[in-house]
Amino acid sequence: MMQRKFTKTTFLRHLCGGLLLLSFSTTASVAMTGDPEIGKALAARGDGSGAPCMACHAIDGTGNAFAGFPSLAGLDAGYLLKQMRDYNSGARVSAVMQPNVDGYSDEELVHLAAYFASLPPAPPASPTVSEDVLALGKKLAERGAWDQYIPPCSSCHGPDNQGVGTDFPAIAGQHANYIAQEIRAWRDGKRSNDTVQLMTGISERLTDEQIDAVAAYLSTLPMRAE
Amino acid sequence: MHKISMMTLFVAAGLTVPAVSLALIGNDARVPINLPELQADRYVHTAPTVDELMADESVHPELRKVILKGRDIFMNTQQYRGTYVFNDMTCASCHTGEGGMNWGGPVWPAATTLPNYRPKNDHVNSLEERIAGCFSYSMNGISPEYGSDDMLALVAYHQWLATGAPVYEHRIAGRGFNNLGTQIPEDVDYHRGEQVYQDNCAVCHGTNGEGKRQNGEVVFPAVWGDNSYNWGAGIARIFTAASFIHMNMPLGKPGSLTEQEAWDVAVYINSHERPQDPRYTGDVRETREKYLGFHRHSYYGLEKNGVLLGDHENTGEKPVLKPDILRARTFGADE
Repeated sequence: MMQRKFTKTTFLRHLCGGLLLLSFSTTASVAMTGDPEIGKALAARGDGSGAPCMACHAIDGTGNAFAGFPSLAGLDAGYLLKQMRDYNSGARVSAVMQPNVDGYSDEELVHLAAYFASLPPAPPASPTVSEDVLALGKKLAERGAWDQYIPPCSSCHGPDNQGVGTDFPAIAGQHANYIAQEIRAWRDGKRSNDTVQLMTGISERLTDEQIDAVAAYLSTLPMRAE
Repeated sequence: MHKISMMTLFVAAGLTVPAVSLALIGNDARVPINLPELQADRYVHTAPTVDELMADESVHPELRKVILKGRDIFMNTQQYRGTYVFNDMTCASCHTGEGGMNWGGPVWPAATTLPNYRPKNDHVNSLEERIAGCFSYSMNGISPEYGSDDMLALVAYHQWLATGAPVYEHRIAGRGFNNLGTQIPEDVDYHRGEQVYQDNCAVCHGTNGEGKRQNGEVVFPAVWGDNSYNWGAGIARIFTAASFIHMNMPLGKPGSLTEQEAWDVAVYINSHERPQDPRYTGDVRETREKYLGFHRHSYYGLEKNGVLLGDHENTGEKPVLKPDILRARTFGADE
C-alpha cells in the first residue's frame, strides 16, 4: 500500500482531532455521560409536576402499542435526550410530553436518556395486518418508492432500520401506531424537529395507505440485531 | 395529498408520467421536489421496475436471475468491499433511484449509447469498459473482469433498465450530471460551501466528510478522504459534483439547494484530499496536464488552502494504483 504524504496529513488530522476531543472531554463528557441508575429513579419519580414515565412508557420502557406511546427501551441516548430537550424548547410540540418533562433539569434529562437507552428493546410485534400490507411496507422500508421520490427508510435509518447514531433513531421494533402518528404529525405540520426537514419531505409524499403499511411492517422487526 | 392519489391512479392506469407527477407533488409542499421539466425535445425514458420484471413471463427465469444478480451488485456493492470496491461507495450512491431515475444519473443510457468514443480514455468504450471505469475511479476499486459472471450480471441489469429505449439515441432527457453547465462560476466560495455542508450534509456525511457507519456497515459514504472517490472519478470534477448535489442531495430533497449553494458546496467537498487518480504518472502537475481535458474541471494538481491537492501516492485501501483492467485499446489510444 502506497501511503506517503497523505498518511502523514491524515495522521496529523487525527492527532488534532484527538487533542480537540481530549480538551472537550474534560468539560463536556461529565455533563454528557448519564447514569442509568439515577435515570431509573427519576423515571419512577416523574418531573415533580407530571406523571412518572412508566405511566405511559411502561415499567420496562417499552411503551404501549395500542395507545401509540413509543417504546423508548434501547433507543439511542442522544436521540432520546434531543427529543426531551426539544419538548422543553418547543422545537417538538406535545401537549402530553411537555408538561411531563419540563420539571426535569437538563442534567436529569441526560440521566433519563441513559436509563431508557440501557433497557432491552421490546420483542417485535406479531403482524396484525395482511401479507399484502406487510409486503407494501417492506418494499417502502427496503426499496422506497422512487416514482414518488421516497427513498427507502433504510437509506437513513440504517441496516434493517435499526438506527444510525443520534439523528436517525431505530424505527424497527417501534409501535406501528406511534410510527404512523409521527409520520402524519410531520405531514400535517405538527412535528418539525427533523434534521434538515428530511422527514417532512418524505411524509408529504406518502399516502395514508403507505404510512400504515410501513409502520405495520417496521413494528414486526427486531430493534437490534442479536 | 389528493395529488399523490391522482398519480397513483395514473400509474395504475399504466400511464408513464413520473416526471409530471413529481412536479405536481412539489406545488404546495413544504419540501417540494424541485426537479426541472424533462427536456421536451429529447427521448424520455421510463425504466422498468423490479415488480414488472418479476411479473414479466416473457423473461427467461435464468435471465431474470442474472438481472437480479446485477441489481444486487448495483444496490449492495459494499458486499464486495476489498475485492471490487475499496471505498464506501455503492453504485446506487450516485445513481439514485436504483439507476433508472431521470436526473439521478440514470445508467441505462450506457447500454444504448455505447460502444462510443470517450474523451476520458481517448478510445471507443464498451458498456463493460464504462462499468469498469466506475469501479476504477468512483469506487476506487478493481473492476470485475470483462466477460466475468459479475460483469455479465451488471451488463444485464443496465440493458434491462434500458428496455424500450432507442439504440444510439444520444438526446436523452434527464441524463447525466451536467445540468448546471460545466463552467465553474467565478464567484464560488469555499467558506460559503463549508457552511452549506455543515448545515445540510454533515448530519449524514459527518462534519469531516467521513461518512457514517452502523454496526460496521456503511450507511452514508465518505465524501472525502481515504474512503471516498478517487481523484479520477467523474464526481471529482466540480461541475459533476455540483449537478449531482443539486439534483439529488440531501437525499429526498432534490433541488432544495440553490444553484449557488450547490456550486459552493461542490467546491468545498472537492477541495479536500482523496485517493490518487489511477492515471497518476508520479507527478501530480504532469498528470493534471496529461489529462487536462478532465482535470481542468477539478482542483487536482492545484494549490488550495496552501496544499497542492493530489500530491501523494496514497491509494486508500486499494493495494494498487492502476488496476490492469484500465488499458488502452488499439484504435489510436495514447496512454
